[in-house]
Amino acid sequence: MSEYIIEMRNITKVFPGIRANDDITLQLKKGEIHALLGENGAGKSTLMSVLFGLYQPESGTILKDGQVVKINNPNDANALKIGMVHQHFKLVEVFTVLENIILGAETTSMGMLEKKAARKRVVELSEKYGLKVNPDAMVEDISVGMQQRVEILKMLYRNNDILIFDEPTAVLTPQEIDDLMEIMRGFAKEGKSILFITHKLNEIMAVADRCTVLRKGKCMGTVDIKNTTKEELSRMMVGRDVSFEVEKKDIEVGNTVLEVRNVTVASKVHKNNAVKSVSFDVREGEIVCIAGIEGNGQTEFIQALTGLEKMASGSVRLYGRELKPLSIRQRARSGMAHIPEDRHKHGLVLDYTLEQNLVLQRYWTDEFKKWGFIKNRAVRAHAKRLIEKFDVRSGQGPITIARSMSGGNQQKAIIGREIDRNEPLVVAVQPTRGLDVGAIEFIHQQLVQVRDSGRAVLLVSLELDEVMKLSDRILVMYEGEIVGEFDPKVTTVQELGLYMAGGKRQNKAKEA
Amino acid sequence: MDILERMKRGLSTILSALICVIIGLAFGFVILFFLSLSSYAASGNEYTLKQVFDTAFDEGFMRLMKGCFYMVRRGLKTEISQAAPLIMTGLSVGFAFKTGLFNIGAAGQYTLGAFGALYCAIVLKLPWYLCLLGSVIMGAIWGAIPGFFKAYFKINEVITAIMFNWIGLYAVNTIIYGGGTGAMYCAKTTKTWAIGKGVYEGTTIPNMNILFKNEGWGAYVQQTSIAIFFAIIVAVILYVIINKTTFGYEIRACGYSQTAARYAGINEKRNIILSMAIAGGLAGFGAGLYYLSGVAEWQPLVSTSLPGFGFDGISVALLASSNPIGIIFSALFIAHIDVGGGYMNASFFPREIADIVSGIIIYLCAFMLLFKSAIARVFASRNDLKGGK
Repeated sequence: MSEYIIEMRNITKVFPGIRANDDITLQLKKGEIHALLGENGAGKSTLMSVLFGLYQPESGTILKDGQVVKINNPNDANALKIGMVHQHFKLVEVFTVLENIILGAETTSMGMLEKKAARKRVVELSEKYGLKVNPDAMVEDISVGMQQRVEILKMLYRNNDILIFDEPTAVLTPQEIDDLMEIMRGFAKEGKSILFITHKLNEIMAVADRCTVLRKGKCMGTVDIKNTTKEELSRMMVGRDVSFEVEKKDIEVGNTVLEVRNVTVASKVHKNNAVKSVSFDVREGEIVCIAGIEGNGQTEFIQALTGLEKMASGSVRLYGRELKPLSIRQRARSGMAHIPEDRHKHGLVLDYTLEQNLVLQRYWTDEFKKWGFIKNRAVRAHAKRLIEKFDVRSGQGPITIARSMSGGNQQKAIIGREIDRNEPLVVAVQPTRGLDVGAIEFIHQQLVQVRDSGRAVLLVSLELDEVMKLSDRILVMYEGEIVGEFDPKVTTVQELGLYMAGGKRQNKAKEA
Repeated sequence: MDILERMKRGLSTILSALICVIIGLAFGFVILFFLSLSSYAASGNEYTLKQVFDTAFDEGFMRLMKGCFYMVRRGLKTEISQAAPLIMTGLSVGFAFKTGLFNIGAAGQYTLGAFGALYCAIVLKLPWYLCLLGSVIMGAIWGAIPGFFKAYFKINEVITAIMFNWIGLYAVNTIIYGGGTGAMYCAKTTKTWAIGKGVYEGTTIPNMNILFKNEGWGAYVQQTSIAIFFAIIVAVILYVIINKTTFGYEIRACGYSQTAARYAGINEKRNIILSMAIAGGLAGFGAGLYYLSGVAEWQPLVSTSLPGFGFDGISVALLASSNPIGIIFSALFIAHIDVGGGYMNASFFPREIADIVSGIIIYLCAFMLLFKSAIARVFASRNDLKGGK
């Protein structure tokens, strides 16, 4: 009997133009939580897809309990008791929780679904592991956290012993993350083995036993978490020292850039307003952060501010100029750069080349347009300058199709494009979502530089670490209202958390 | 590096289109073979497989392939006259594709364009260039309507366009026929009046005899109108607009991602209507080119089905990946095999074989991406070898 329940030996997987996995060896012990760490594009997902039978490696072998096995498709993986929670859930939205769990493993009698026995098992499993779900709820109606629990139950229902979690915490609130960690520990104690893909170091330090680090398709080694530090892990992952601190210059705040007064925005989902009478100021030389749990009106507020959606009432002034009647283009021209929340939906035209995307907010200026024609040479020069300045890496430089770039570099391109416009106000919505530490560090530095140069930044973030690190002032948004304003030097994460969850509120919001 | 890369991308598109064409033709040959076999079997005489094959090849397949060149004196004129409207409807559909819209309404816009051109010519007796303008305007209006519904009411343009195809067809037929006494209707031929002669002098597009001498190849096209050159010029202009101008940048951005276009401050509603109007104008222009060339008259009584050029535009655009320059060649190809289909030995092979071939090609166009990535893989592995030495 082998010490390892799963061994992947010398796996190499090549895609056109790139070696996604280059001679990688990964050994998973029974009953351990094994983290797989790496930057975006390091080859984590590819390696897991090989294990799950979605890709066939060019070379290398997979062993289960010391026996060589061949995994040709996810059914083979399932037969070997390997289960996976994908980063983007694979659930049927219009099925109930129960139907989703049994889908593909239904018990039938005479061709009819046997739901009763299945329901009993699902309820048992959910009670045993503390995975609270309502088996009869429609998947489209339940929260993201519960959807993830459905995915986990799917694995348990199939008696999987090897559980792969692909970036499971990216979509969860801090509270849900803690719950998930607890659940994972429970599984390990039971003897199940867990592969945990992530690029969040704190989570690895909190829950994992061992960690394998990948960089650019190569294996950088496996370490015991007991004997390592965050700094060492990040050095292995990025290949250099990463600073977790952000240095900010001491500067005086200047004139008011943005005045928001009593802004109310109707909700698209329910009858109430998504944003209720929000008021605040942003001044030159400061980063103001709107913190809050996802879905408390931040998205709607920013869309109303940038003109993507209409505001029901209130006023927004940029250096005294009322923005409400202005179009999106006019707002952008009047001094507002916008790093959007969803880089695929809004930030980039994914099928355009990188250089075309880098002029998305300026192609109509005289710099890039003459007689209605696009000045290709100017576009190319502009792209080259931004690529250099913001270290945007891609396969073919300016003519790379944006879709083929890694998430981090897509985001760097957007941030470069927006910051380079030199507008007095930069609105940044979750600029580091889903990025690895190297990219996060870089983006934080860029935002701080904007502030240090005397411009203003309005930041929306769900990550409390980021909020505490970057902000000069923190506004907490809860159910569409600003429930408190804080100084990051004085307040604590715990206090913010309390306000974010609606447990407490300051009354001074009214006075503005 | 950059030019090389662009050439590579272009080349793989052309290659994959050629693969579609070759498979389509091969399939066509298989059908010809079986048709030939069944005719021989039905005749009751002795026959060999070689005979079957030869008949299918010589009297069917080769004539399809030769197209107009089988009988160049008559065929060339037909082929060129058909290619002109095909290029235009192809451009119409292709342009709409570039902006993310599916203009299945090209047939209706073409119908309205025909009406506009013929009304200007027969009723108003305007010179041909103004008649062409009339066809563009009518087509553009018919295209703008589905665009308007799409932009402001989010009604799928496919549904509206199909309905407006039929509305347009019956409206045009009713007006032209006019109960048998319509001003544009010639009861003797049951068609619209033949233009270009007598009182309609100057209403037809000039022929190529103003360009070419009556000798060599020039002799074959003396009576062919210069419409094809207008179509080619429009294709080139469209290529420039789509790829080089800020307007083209905007409409392509809308096509790829409406949300990102909106973020960039592009008025996506205006763009949807505008690009449908332009697409309609292009299809209408195609009808103008055809009916003002004096090669055919509109038949209001027979035309209870929509003009085929409108729908063939879809295959033309697909085969060319909506590239305006590519559309010139794919339209010529479709016209070529269509004319060739007519020259096959009719006692064995119905001319609709040409439609089957183009049908298969459209179907294969859906696999174009697959072919493209396969070709890309071939390129990539060759590069690997070069790098590895």
